[in-house]
Amino acid sequence: MENSVLQVEGLSAAYRKNTVLDDVNFSIEAGTLTGIVGPNGAGKSTLIKSVLNLHPKLTGTVKFFGTDLKAVKKRIGYVPQRGSVDWDFPTNALDVVLMGLYGKIGWLKWPTNRDKQKAMEALEKVGMADYAKRQISQLSGGQQQRVFLARALVQDADLYFMDEPLAGVDAATERAIMTILKELKQAGKTVLVVHHDLQTVTDYFDHVLFLNRTVMAYGKTEEIFTKENIAKTYGGSILGLREENGHVIITRK
Amino acid sequence: MTYSLWIILTASLVGVTCGIIGVFLILRKMAMMADAISHTVLLGIVLAFIITQQVSGTPMLIGAIIAGLLTALFVQWLHSLGLQQHAAMGIVFTTLFAIGVILISTSVGNAHLDVQHALMGEITFIPWDRITLPIVGEVPRATALLAFVFVIVIVFIVVFYKEWKITTFDPALAASLGIPVLVMHYLFMGFVSVTTVASFDAVGAIMVVAMLITPAASAYLWTDRLSVMILLSGGFGVLSAIVGYYIAAWVDTSISGSMAFATGLVFVVSFICSPKHGLVSKLWRPKAGYSVMEEK
Repeated sequence: MENSVLQVEGLSAAYRKNTVLDDVNFSIEAGTLTGIVGPNGAGKSTLIKSVLNLHPKLTGTVKFFGTDLKAVKKRIGYVPQRGSVDWDFPTNALDVVLMGLYGKIGWLKWPTNRDKQKAMEALEKVGMADYAKRQISQLSGGQQQRVFLARALVQDADLYFMDEPLAGVDAATERAIMTILKELKQAGKTVLVVHHDLQTVTDYFDHVLFLNRTVMAYGKTEEIFTKENIAKTYGGSILGLREENGHVIITRK
Repeated sequence: MTYSLWIILTASLVGVTCGIIGVFLILRKMAMMADAISHTVLLGIVLAFIITQQVSGTPMLIGAIIAGLLTALFVQWLHSLGLQQHAAMGIVFTTLFAIGVILISTSVGNAHLDVQHALMGEITFIPWDRITLPIVGEVPRATALLAFVFVIVIVFIVVFYKEWKITTFDPALAASLGIPVLVMHYLFMGFVSVTTVASFDAVGAIMVVAMLITPAASAYLWTDRLSVMILLSGGFGVLSAIVGYYIAAWVDTSISGSMAFATGLVFVVSFICSPKHGLVSKLWRPKAGYSVMEEK
């Protein structure tokens, strides 16, 4: 595909002896906002990590902007799961955002005032400017997630990978994050989001990737987000599914 | 310089270097690794001694670095096979340490090395074993070695400060930014080994753990900034060294033991008095500190 910013071919990965991803193939177009959905243990986080070389691939090739990861690292932003870091670390919100710039600042150099200003602007964007000097353990879960998002924004990447940015956040934060993700998309950026809430998929994402060890379905949300694909991906674990005015409604018993 | 001043200076160098390294050990959740490496460097030292047949700085340092890195590698390897991290450490370090003990008590025999010395250190003898350096003149060998290690550690921490910080806080992000997380991990393990072996003569394998962990753990209670935590931890290390020396002089007992005890005292004071996490402040303002703030 000409406009492809991410092309994954034949990717497989394992944890110890358990294969978690097997022959994953997909290609993401520029300017899309994709939700990656699938049951627990489907390999959603592993997919992001193997694509970014943070987890070893067994097989497969990944192309970013038609080239290798190394050449375009600065154009890629990654938001790990919030639970992956120790929030008791002695640092404040502004400092965490500043870390997003460490790659661009480069070795042997210290962050400048200009860098701090950029970090501050990113905090303002996510509505956290007032908390810049706050120790990160004293932020709520939603606020911590916003700080993580600000850290990604400051990277000014073209392609973003976000691992469950909406997990365990309050409604206000969820709205704020989605507004920013849609802005990123409008600015021509490409965003991939690991998502866990099927109810909001149609509202949030223009593309959806169903994952359960391999790609079960991938495409435009309105075409692909169907009862059949959900059932195929989740097996018997989702109980109530019905279609209403072209929308799939999920009810949990 | 007088005899006791050399001892205080040497002990302070141990305190400040261990204090700084300890901050990263604690924040990387690797406190136990200090214990492991402090024991396995014994094997490195013994092997260096067997090969070179002399107790001298450079081969012992190299031996210790190799032993420290091997420990880190073995632990990582066992962990990747599915063993719990701490269990892996326990297996690796006791085994390597045991080999060191066996070697000491057989082939090395009557040499200067003995288990007691390696475990407890003997800072009292340090001022007599001197070397002559350009400019500064005659200094105790252990002191010169420690000063050298201290400078190296400071330079590396300052020059790569932001890399240490990000690989400690969020290794996944660091890796995605292209920072060599694994290289930095092993480099850090190398530092722990070098610091440990340099401190060996002064405080021994067991007490060095106290110097690595306790000042850093105390500093953690006082501040929310990494840079301040590093300064405080180094300061607490020096304070413990000095207080420990005077306790030892006063009670007429082991200097290394008193210094380790002094780190414990510093921790107790921190635990009670620190403004954010201390017992006193918690009693005063029971709802402050950890309360989750309301959303805007």
